[in-house]
Amino acid sequence: MKLIFEKSVKGRTGASLPELDVSMKQVLSNELIREDLLLPEVSEVDVVRHYTALSRRNFGVDNGFYPLGSCTMKYNPKVNEDVAGLSGFTDCHPLQPYNQGCLKLMYHLEKMLCEICGMDAFTLQPAAGAHGELTGLMMVKAYFEGENRNKIITPDSSHGTNPASGSMCGFETITIKSNSKGQVDIDELKNVLDGDVAAVMLTIPNTLGIFEAEILEITKLVHENGSLVYMDGANMNALMGIVKPGDMGIDILHLNLHKTFGTPHGGGGPGSGPVGVKKELAKFLPNPSIVLNDDIYEFTNNSNSIGKVKAFYGNFNVMVKAFTYIRALGCSGLKGVSENAVLNANYMKEKLKKHYKLSYDLVCKHEFVLSDEDMPNDVTTADIAKRLLDYGYHPPTVYFPLIVHGAIMIEPNETESKEMLDKFIDVMIKIKDEAGTDPDIVKTAPHTTVVKRLDAVKAARELDLRFKF
Amino acid sequence: MDFIPNTKQDQEDMLKEINIGNVSELFKDIPDKVLLKDKLKIPSGLSEIEIKDLLKKISEMSNISFSYFLGAGAYKHFIPSVVNHIVSRSEFYTAYTPYQPEISQGMLQAIYEYQTMVCSLTGMEVANASMYDGASALAESCIMAVNITKRNEILMSKAVHPDYRQVVETYCKAHSFSLVEVDFEGGVTAVDVLKEKISDKTAAFLVQSPNFFGCIEDLNEIEKIVHDNGALFNVCVVEATSLGILKSPGSFNADIFVGEGQSFGNPINFGGPHLGIMATKQMYVRHLPGRIVGGTVDSEGERGYILNLQAREQHIRREKASSNICSNEALCALTATVYLSSLGKNGLRKVSELCLQKAYYLAEGLSKIGVEIKFKADFYNEFVVKVDDASRVNSELLKKGIVGGLELSKYYPELSNCLLFCVTELNTREEIDKLVGVVKG
Amino acid sequence: MTNPTELKYSKDHEWVKLEGDIAIVGVTDFAQKQLTDIVFVELPENGKKVEKNKPMAVIESVKSVSDVFSPVTGEVVAINESLKDNPDTINKNPYDEGWVAKIKIVDNSELDGLMSAEDYEKFTAENH
Repeated sequence: MKLIFEKSVKGRTGASLPELDVSMKQVLSNELIREDLLLPEVSEVDVVRHYTALSRRNFGVDNGFYPLGSCTMKYNPKVNEDVAGLSGFTDCHPLQPYNQGCLKLMYHLEKMLCEICGMDAFTLQPAAGAHGELTGLMMVKAYFEGENRNKIITPDSSHGTNPASGSMCGFETITIKSNSKGQVDIDELKNVLDGDVAAVMLTIPNTLGIFEAEILEITKLVHENGSLVYMDGANMNALMGIVKPGDMGIDILHLNLHKTFGTPHGGGGPGSGPVGVKKELAKFLPNPSIVLNDDIYEFTNNSNSIGKVKAFYGNFNVMVKAFTYIRALGCSGLKGVSENAVLNANYMKEKLKKHYKLSYDLVCKHEFVLSDEDMPNDVTTADIAKRLLDYGYHPPTVYFPLIVHGAIMIEPNETESKEMLDKFIDVMIKIKDEAGTDPDIVKTAPHTTVVKRLDAVKAARELDLRFKF
Repeated sequence: MDFIPNTKQDQEDMLKEINIGNVSELFKDIPDKVLLKDKLKIPSGLSEIEIKDLLKKISEMSNISFSYFLGAGAYKHFIPSVVNHIVSRSEFYTAYTPYQPEISQGMLQAIYEYQTMVCSLTGMEVANASMYDGASALAESCIMAVNITKRNEILMSKAVHPDYRQVVETYCKAHSFSLVEVDFEGGVTAVDVLKEKISDKTAAFLVQSPNFFGCIEDLNEIEKIVHDNGALFNVCVVEATSLGILKSPGSFNADIFVGEGQSFGNPINFGGPHLGIMATKQMYVRHLPGRIVGGTVDSEGERGYILNLQAREQHIRREKASSNICSNEALCALTATVYLSSLGKNGLRKVSELCLQKAYYLAEGLSKIGVEIKFKADFYNEFVVKVDDASRVNSELLKKGIVGGLELSKYYPELSNCLLFCVTELNTREEIDKLVGVVKG
Repeated sequence: MTNPTELKYSKDHEWVKLEGDIAIVGVTDFAQKQLTDIVFVELPENGKKVEKNKPMAVIESVKSVSDVFSPVTGEVVAINESLKDNPDTINKNPYDEGWVAKIKIVDNSELDGLMSAEDYEKFTAENH
């Protein structure tokens, strides 16, 4: 499909502006003014047709099932979009007075997240999960200022953002091998815990979808070592109303509002990655915080704060959607979300394990991981994923976590019906059969999409990162 | 209201099919002493009517029915109706990151177009798919500069937005970079102080233009000094529409460009989500954090787009990645792309002209009634005035339905009773005249 | 591809060929297979001082970014400029045209710790 620039015709414009209502003067010297400006010149109908056509070459949750493990691609409620569009939210300037509505929403969202997670304080400032991890680790660093704790520990199943965030704070990451049950090996952990360790970063449930059964022992050991426990809260969809991270010994965690709390993924953002802490760490939270004084919501700054990780206060419009989601579901609704997410995953796991190698045959939480080992004719996870596109499904997460060969991480989430799960299971079984009887059709998939398999090697060798006019 | 299709019957059927008695069995591996016995202390759920009512009431607790003359990093601009219709298409906003390119050609191509437009506007050679916002992008540009030059010191103008400076400081502290600030004089970076402080230890100098005070910096002179010392020249633009009329940072030989794209079609949204823009020279492309979309062909020779150079990113390099960024602001980048397509070359230039002319009109009007324009430097659509009693001026303006300029004393104690005014194409002549009238009185 | 017998091999999958006091260094066939299609090579600068077992170059494929460790200590006197435009030479010809850098070494005995072709063959079979 052509680029918008290729549809450009000199002199066209797609928007109208009023005429200048003050007299035009030469206010800047010519040497400050640019002469070139290479932007498209298209009419409004062309803009609309072009981007509408592009949208039809895209696939969202509203198009179909999206079992991406660790992403929690649940249905995005439309009421959230509507209320987020209220002008009292969209048009409020971050530095203006008369901002009580916005502050009230943020304050109460923080309180509700504290209650859900069992934490004492939250910041809503980070713009994404990884941003939250960075913020959290900066706070860990501040907490240990003066001590020489320069290491963090993560299991080998951790998300890449964990060690990457660690490096951004000057921490060295020690990776420990998971045990035969896919969980933290307590002996391995004991081996690496020493006076240099600032924190242990865990995802709970982990990236295999398995709950760390020995979590209380783990957090006890870490605390006895004088270190903190950081929880990557990406998988919180399995725990709401069931258990609170704060009760398990978690000192600091981040959440992904665009996962657990139903705000849209936007094709890659915007998200929001709030960070929750126990009271010992609250003073390090980014500035400003929000307090309630005699019915007035106000910003306040803390001198021990790590500073700021973003201008202003965070992705407010995403917070509006998360707030609405939590209030719409309520206490019982949130628990129902986690229960159904976990039921859906276990249902699929039990049915698919008869056809695909299950990485760990244990009860799972909201997701589980299959492997491409045992696939006939050298059919790989990549092939299976591409073949799923032909059947109209977004593939599961693939090749993560790294500790499973050809990992296929499936997270159905609670907003899918039994029929949808059954249909997907049937297609997965069909593809397994195809791998045996007609492997070529799987290995050369996809066949029905607007483009076929794309050449990533060519893309990386011959960089083409913008249109050249 | 919940969004769970399965009924109690469905759930029972499913449990039966997998030989589980009830759902609580699936949570047996959680230690009993931490399993919640009580409900969460959150109010019960609400129906759609009730939730809409609740949110409407909350939104009405903020008052937005003013004439705004306030910018300082977040700007009220005209958003063509087209923009919202396009980004509300759920194929875009309910989609995930385009890791499966065959079914994500829509978003991937849109981002490729965005990258192209960023390069056009900024005069740089390669752009990424977005960062969280201008402030965090500026902070990450420090990491990039340190990696490229292998030097450890960052110099930054004090005329950069205060929030941005705080974010840079926070990131520099985490990385153990040393950070040195360079004073301003007459509303712009003091070039002789820069000359004094820059050395062969400097990885980069960070400057914003137009800066926080709205003043246009002398990028020519600054560039010479920075490059003579072998440091990188990082230029930041916070009011993106200025790129419609002012010479691009690329034309001044900037090494790294960072910017805030909120002005391009994104509502002000109480500070977020906004849009971090980052671009650089081709030779530094492998140091650029974040996602980058590239063009290629498929197995049948058809043109397509993919996320390129992923090997640099956190999911592959892990602790060796130069940045941990994963999700960014893709939908906000799409918003900017539609905005820029819709306004186009002529429309954007017109927006910039309107902002510029109206701002000078206000400055002239205030000047005529004896208000001091604090700095002599050229400006774009923001400028600083000095008055006798800044908070009184603003409270009088508020009474008349006008949100006035930002009081600067809390950010710069030496600028007491100074206000930073902003004018955009949305401010009519009547509004501007009214403001002048109130200040006069 | 068999590993040439006149070369020496490191545990990190580099090969070394000694010509007088110049060590020519590259990565092995095993390494290029693991990396898959190489898209970019970050070469060291001429004159750079390198240390045994420390990273001196970076090889990027679509799937990964890997350090090339120097098996010797010395100074880089030549780099394979052709890899800038044709990084896939390493995939096609890892032992010959795919050389990465030439290093002037000070201590020949550093090569004693490296493996012969036969030992390297065993090493890769055992560990992978």
